Amino acid sequence: MLLKEILYLIQKDLVLEWRQKYAFNGMLLYVGSTVFVCYLSFGLRQFSADSGPIWNALLWIILLFTSVNAIAKSFMQENRGRLLYFYSIVSPQGIILAKIVYNSLLMLLLAVICFVFYAFVLGNPVQDIPMFLLSLLLGAIGFSTSLTMISGIASKAANSSTLMAILSFPVIVPMLLMLIKMSKNAMDGLDRGASLDELLTLLAINMIVITVSYILFPYLWRS
Amino acid sequence: MKNNWWKILAVLLLIFTVVAGMLSEVPRLAILNETIRNLYFHVPMWFGMILILLISVFYSIRYLRNPTIKNDVIAYEAAKVGILFGVLGIVTGMEWAKFTWGEYWSNDPKQNASAIGLLIYFAYVVLRSSFAEQQQRARISAVYNIFAFAALIPLLFILPRLTDSLHPGNGGNPGFNAYDLDSRLRMVFYPAVLGWTLLGIWIVNVRSRFEILRQRLYETV
Repeated sequence: MLLKEILYLIQKDLVLEWRQKYAFNGMLLYVGSTVFVCYLSFGLRQFSADSGPIWNALLWIILLFTSVNAIAKSFMQENRGRLLYFYSIVSPQGIILAKIVYNSLLMLLLAVICFVFYAFVLGNPVQDIPMFLLSLLLGAIGFSTSLTMISGIASKAANSSTLMAILSFPVIVPMLLMLIKMSKNAMDGLDRGASLDELLTLLAINMIVITVSYILFPYLWRS
Repeated sequence: MKNNWWKILAVLLLIFTVVAGMLSEVPRLAILNETIRNLYFHVPMWFGMILILLISVFYSIRYLRNPTIKNDVIAYEAAKVGILFGVLGIVTGMEWAKFTWGEYWSNDPKQNASAIGLLIYFAYVVLRSSFAEQQQRARISAVYNIFAFAALIPLLFILPRLTDSLHPGNGGNPGFNAYDLDSRLRMVFYPAVLGWTLLGIWIVNVRSRFEILRQRLYETV
């Protein structure tokens, strides 16, 4: 029952996104222009040994801002009437899980596009590509799980776009630090066992966040 | 009198902490020297903060189950006192770090984690102030409070174990056992933790009673 609801809601979000492509195209352009601005202002084209950490940190900062902007609209774009309609036909758990899955898919797509474009423009020093892609996957899921809940909270308040940023950054920092460390390991082509700690911690943080969102969202939804 | 014994206990414990903390014998250790006495003032701040934030989360959960003004007020006041303890913890820690590590802020994982933890609760205060309607403010900030606390746990207990730190008790175990507390330190340390925590609870108690009275007054006016 819940699964059917979730699948249906994801489908609805995908169809909506497909019909009004301006949002997705807007995010693509956002990613593209941010990467290009970074390229122009940092001039990282020529790689030296110590520009690796900057390359890595910059990519994650771009991804962080992209995800904050992409996910902020997940509850704000719905109008009041539609929300009331959902309220009457589906369970809140279904809504939050569907939004998390949908945002993860969206972020995954954006993250991969961002990485490809970034590597194309700024050069690609990554040695262990599969591991790096795994960290992107975990990052996309992690960002979207915590940001979906935060965007639900922020959408209830008055100045929601400022609030979105200040509520989400401190919550997301532990995840971001783990991700930067893990992707740095992948960049340097270290042994994969070296990232196991980070991998497990990230999975654990994701599990905590999903569980807490699942439990708390009904209270948020009621208002 | 019967219900106030813990307040008297708090006062006695804190007097003991300050007097014994300043005057008692402490182990002579290199670099630390007399700054080891900060153990009685800096470390209890973090114990007190965690405990008072736990109280705040507990009352937030209670609010979601049973929405009364009292639960909301206690959750909010406890979060504010938690912030106060956190700021004092950071300030005492920075002062100590200046004398032992040479810098007020040396990019230590524990310093960064505590700063991020404070940012979470500052965001909580800002979130509360952005609602006009009282019921909505109480419910949504309760949701954020619980969510933020769940996000704070990995920050405080998992991350420091994965990275190296200059902080005493580092190298895999940030617990205070690695302080190799000897019995003289313990004699003052445990009463200090208890005393500061009781003081924090006392502040929460007074402030929330005051706040509830004020709201009742506004309602009748």
